[in-house]
Amino acid sequence: MNYINQKEVIKRMSGRIFLNGLFKVIFLLATLFALATLGILIYRMVTQGSEYLDADFLGNFSSRFAEKAGIKAALIGSIWLMAVVAPVSLLLGIGAALYLEEYASKNKMTDFIRMNISNLAGVPSIVFGLLGLTIFVRSLALGKSVLAAGLTMSLLILPVIIVSSQEAIRAVPNELREASYGMGATKWQTILKVVLPFAIPGILTGCILALSRAVGETAPLVVIGIPVIVHFLPEGILSQFTALPMQIFDWAKRPQPEFQHVAAAGILVLLIFLIVLNSIAIFIRNKFQKRY
Amino acid sequence: MLKIQVKDAEQNSTDNLKVLQTDKKKTVYQTRNLNLWYGEQQALKDINLDIIENDVTAIIGPSGCGKSTYIKTLNRMVELVPIVRTTGEIIYRERNILDKNYQVEELRTKVGMVFQKPNPFPKSIYDNIAYGPRIHGIKNKKILDEIVENSLRGAAIWDDVKDRLHQNAYGLSGGQQQRICIARCLAIEPDVILMDEPTSALDPISTLKVEELVQELKQNYSIIIVTHNMQQAARISDKTAFFLNGEVIEFDDTNKLFSTPSDRRTEDYISGRFG
Repeated sequence: MNYINQKEVIKRMSGRIFLNGLFKVIFLLATLFALATLGILIYRMVTQGSEYLDADFLGNFSSRFAEKAGIKAALIGSIWLMAVVAPVSLLLGIGAALYLEEYASKNKMTDFIRMNISNLAGVPSIVFGLLGLTIFVRSLALGKSVLAAGLTMSLLILPVIIVSSQEAIRAVPNELREASYGMGATKWQTILKVVLPFAIPGILTGCILALSRAVGETAPLVVIGIPVIVHFLPEGILSQFTALPMQIFDWAKRPQPEFQHVAAAGILVLLIFLIVLNSIAIFIRNKFQKRY
Repeated sequence: MLKIQVKDAEQNSTDNLKVLQTDKKKTVYQTRNLNLWYGEQQALKDINLDIIENDVTAIIGPSGCGKSTYIKTLNRMVELVPIVRTTGEIIYRERNILDKNYQVEELRTKVGMVFQKPNPFPKSIYDNIAYGPRIHGIKNKKILDEIVENSLRGAAIWDDVKDRLHQNAYGLSGGQQQRICIARCLAIEPDVILMDEPTSALDPISTLKVEELVQELKQNYSIIIVTHNMQQAARISDKTAFFLNGEVIEFDDTNKLFSTPSDRRTEDYISGRFG
């Protein structure tokens, strides 16, 4: 038994240590690249957009003139959109996840459904836009309304919500379910009092990501035909409306250079909107984590 | 071990075919020709066992012998495994629990269970104990308070936790957690308590406390306990069933089974020659 030659080991040592250090640097650079890109983006948005970002910008409707252009219709429109997307996608998504994890028997059929839901998460958003156009806008004759767009967006993010909720539900220890069943609890009581409270922080984490995606998603709205020049606020879920990414997209493609600044200001509003939305979700999540 | 003889006039069914002497005590469970399969694999083979009221019945046997499966059949928890199939019957208080019309929720309210690993909910001690009563519809705060106190006293852990009822049960030691689980089980006022290796995750002192508790509880409950620990079975049980490869090899008074086993395999197992 003399396979390890100490001299060889020492000879190769410096090379191994060099490689070790080299890879650390490569991975660090990869991280820095992403961070730097994000930093540059935010820097440009802030320097370009901050001069336009004021009370007038938030309070005005869009306009042909860059100085008068405002984001009111799009901001309120996005809030309306979320008011449809959040309840619809959360109820359907968590409901489907609960069915698949707690009720459905484990067989090839449910495996097939599970696999397809994961695949749906990878379908391009424009396809969901076409689906929404066909079903909600035309067949159900909902028009280019908040409801039609909201339902389309819900379909788009449902797979993500279902998959992440399933994972959170699966992470609930089986012993807790057994304890509950063992005392004569029904399945629904067990879900309501044991499974959901335990899984909700995890479920919300996935939902935050999905909802953020819905806020920023543009393609389905373009396909549905959401207008960009809107000079009124939605009065209900059947009103027409516009949304933040549509408005930004419209400004960014205008020829006048001032509108690039308006678009940058719009992006800032979108980012702040996202941060507020995420903060609310994180707040709810932490509250649950503490209580449970 | 002294046994309390309970004279029972109602017990007039003397058709105890394969049943070992029941001393005229009431039986809670009569298992008749029970077979159970997980898919294609048979886990229980033709089980016939009578469990007597207010006895501690121990079930011993090597790993994989079907003892846990059997105890989980007694409250139909075994059905949580979807591929389970059973034949035969288990009569609990005159009704066959394997009958599909028998509501499992009703059964499990009468037959409580304590699990191998302490499994309190990640809630306060109070909410853990109140869980059962609450799911059965008790909302009155005063009644819940009383149930919580009585259950915790019943599980001999009231003095340990009375000042921190509203703290998370996860903060307790393993032994305390297991007694919380026993208290939680008492809170639904069961008739029978099933214990599936309740001390296997506990240290010797906690084990001793749980064993003492079992002795107290048998005044009011019928207890069926699965254990890996033969000394434990000998210490706390009135009757012992020895399982091997899904069959009941021997079922007798604990003293008799451990001193003069009638089957060679029982003798080999309890003397440590295998298992």
